[in-house]
Amino acid sequence: MNQSDAAGLSLASMWVGFIAFVVAALLGLYQVIERIDLIPGLKSPELYFGSVSTHGVLMAFVLTTFLVMGYGYYTATTSLKQDLWNKPLAWFGFWLAVVGVLLAAGPLLTGNASVLYTFYPPLQAHPAFYIGATLLVVGSWVWCLEMVMMMTTWKKANPGETVPLAMYGTTANAILWFITSLGVASEVLFQLIPWSLGLIDTVDVGLARTLFSWTLHAIVYFWLFPAYIALYTLLPRAAGGRLFSDQMGRLAFIMLLVFSVPIGFHHLYMDPFQAGGWKFLHMTGTFMVAVPTLITGFTIIASLEIAGRLRGGKGLFGWIGALPWGNPMVLAAILAILMLSFGGFGGMINASYAMNTMVHNTQWVTGHFHLIFGGTTVIMYFAIAYTLWPKMTGKQLHSNALALRQLWLWFIGMLILTLPWHQLGLAGQPRRISSTPYDESFVNAWLPAESAMIVGGAILFLSAVMLVYNLYRTHGNTQAEASLTVEYAEPLHAVQRMPHLMNSFAFWVLLVVVYMVASYGYPIAQFFLMDTYGTVPWSI
Amino acid sequence: MSLDPLRTICEDPLERKWVWLSLIMAFVMGGLLGFYALSSNIHPPSNVETIDSSRLHLSEEFAEDNLGVKRNDDGSLTVTLVAARYGFYPPRIEVPVDTPVTFRIASADVLHGVHVPFTNMATMIVPGYISEVTTTFPRTGEFSLLCNEYCGLGHDSMWSRLVVVPESAGGESS
Repeated sequence: MNQSDAAGLSLASMWVGFIAFVVAALLGLYQVIERIDLIPGLKSPELYFGSVSTHGVLMAFVLTTFLVMGYGYYTATTSLKQDLWNKPLAWFGFWLAVVGVLLAAGPLLTGNASVLYTFYPPLQAHPAFYIGATLLVVGSWVWCLEMVMMMTTWKKANPGETVPLAMYGTTANAILWFITSLGVASEVLFQLIPWSLGLIDTVDVGLARTLFSWTLHAIVYFWLFPAYIALYTLLPRAAGGRLFSDQMGRLAFIMLLVFSVPIGFHHLYMDPFQAGGWKFLHMTGTFMVAVPTLITGFTIIASLEIAGRLRGGKGLFGWIGALPWGNPMVLAAILAILMLSFGGFGGMINASYAMNTMVHNTQWVTGHFHLIFGGTTVIMYFAIAYTLWPKMTGKQLHSNALALRQLWLWFIGMLILTLPWHQLGLAGQPRRISSTPYDESFVNAWLPAESAMIVGGAILFLSAVMLVYNLYRTHGNTQAEASLTVEYAEPLHAVQRMPHLMNSFAFWVLLVVVYMVASYGYPIAQFFLMDTYGTVPWSI
Repeated sequence: MSLDPLRTICEDPLERKWVWLSLIMAFVMGGLLGFYALSSNIHPPSNVETIDSSRLHLSEEFAEDNLGVKRNDDGSLTVTLVAARYGFYPPRIEVPVDTPVTFRIASADVLHGVHVPFTNMATMIVPGYISEVTTTFPRTGEFSLLCNEYCGLGHDSMWSRLVVVPESAGGESS
């Protein structure tokens, strides 16, 4: 099979994601300029909070979901070497998600959904916003079903065989996303939609926030999974080496699935309505979920070292210089690991039960997640696109040099944006503000960091445009790509016999359900056991 | 090493060491936080207590006349605040330095948050629930109570004044 059965669907899906991405990058640039209060004509809370809400929805829901779906369809068809399980259904899911985005775009762009992408009841948005978001999620559930069915049918057709690592990770992500999206789906279906349509008068904000926290941590792993899958299965070959360990990759994917859902209370550390003991329980799980990332860091760096030494690198660090830095996948991976390391340190502070108090809802947090999400996750999305576009279009990449410059600019821009952003948080600036009408001592101390962020935002926007331009021009390239087959990394030690638990998911899903009941059962039930007071809707 | 349970899935001894090290790091960090949480009683603000946010004026505690700073019998202070778009009421409070202060805060409308930069006074304020946080301010001076959760288009301007005064001066609100 030369061309993947899913190439058209994957291309369409990733294009939706990247168009959303470039629009969101422009909004981000506007936001860093608006916030500094230097240009009075730009001052508009209506525009600013509409922009922040749209930026969040486009980056966190649209770019991610469409990229995960597109990459997942492509990975499933190529790693399993079989056609889509149900092609018309897969396209239906895609169009459902597109309709959802268009439906939500109306209220977002007219300022009728400036409630940020985290919804924030009792601020109330137009019902079309909630319904649109729901359609996007339901569309992604179609993808989850396709992934699970493709792995199941492949295992039936290949009894005793080991599911390829790329597909094992993709299916883990599909299951993870289905389980974790049930939290926000419950909030939207049972609380926000009926409430915004006037069918119920009030919502319990404590319950709504608890349900959202169910989704809010694992969703970041849903976004991160494609990056890890590419690191394990595309990077080693691109670097000219082998994957250090196939089993460790599986172990990392399983640990992400098990530990990332039942720990959402670290988003509620500062909220009153949950007792400290539950927060503590979720904190311990939060530290456990660092382990698969530490394992991944080791395996990926070890794989790179194998490649560097095969290419003639000598000495303790000589292999680093010997790596093919001119390959976009290799360059992006190195930059991603660097930014993940910086961001990881900040994450430890946020995860720390009580120390988080000092940084909660300050700009430190926004700086942190832009470094992790933009720095680690999205830069790997670029690398995935540069690797797959030639395979999906049959044309060579328009310009490798442009791709390398784009990745370096993204890295530099991200550091210039996020390091001062962290510092602003430590200097007391709250997040989610459109201006700074505070004491002069604050405002003066914040000015240098805010100015640097404008430079960072501009570089990042330029980089985003370069990405989209390069991908667009690839479609019109007259030079054909020699091979349309994507080549997955071989492990250093060939897999002899995979333990059953590392080639299936039933046991792990059961474990997640038990862990979820233990960590979320009573905290959700308490809202039905005590007398609570709902809250009426408020406009922004 | 033959007893190592990781041996079945991981052939490389160096990688097995790294996995154990990662697990130990996670346990040590979680353990240290647990130790300090229990031994020094350091917890994030948690308080499962409900209130009808639309009827604060009818509640005894959060009625307008009862807001502000009150001294308790044991010498500690209780500060009762209402958070409402776009301010904290009363808008100026004075508390003495080095004295335990318990803030009890209710929202009259939407979600808010409060943070006093350079101190560890911070909590979310959720309609329908009463937030409670206890702290001691070790330095005198003028501080800002900043709303740190998006609460509407006027969110930026939601802040008020906290003055920490020398112990002899007592504390009050206006």
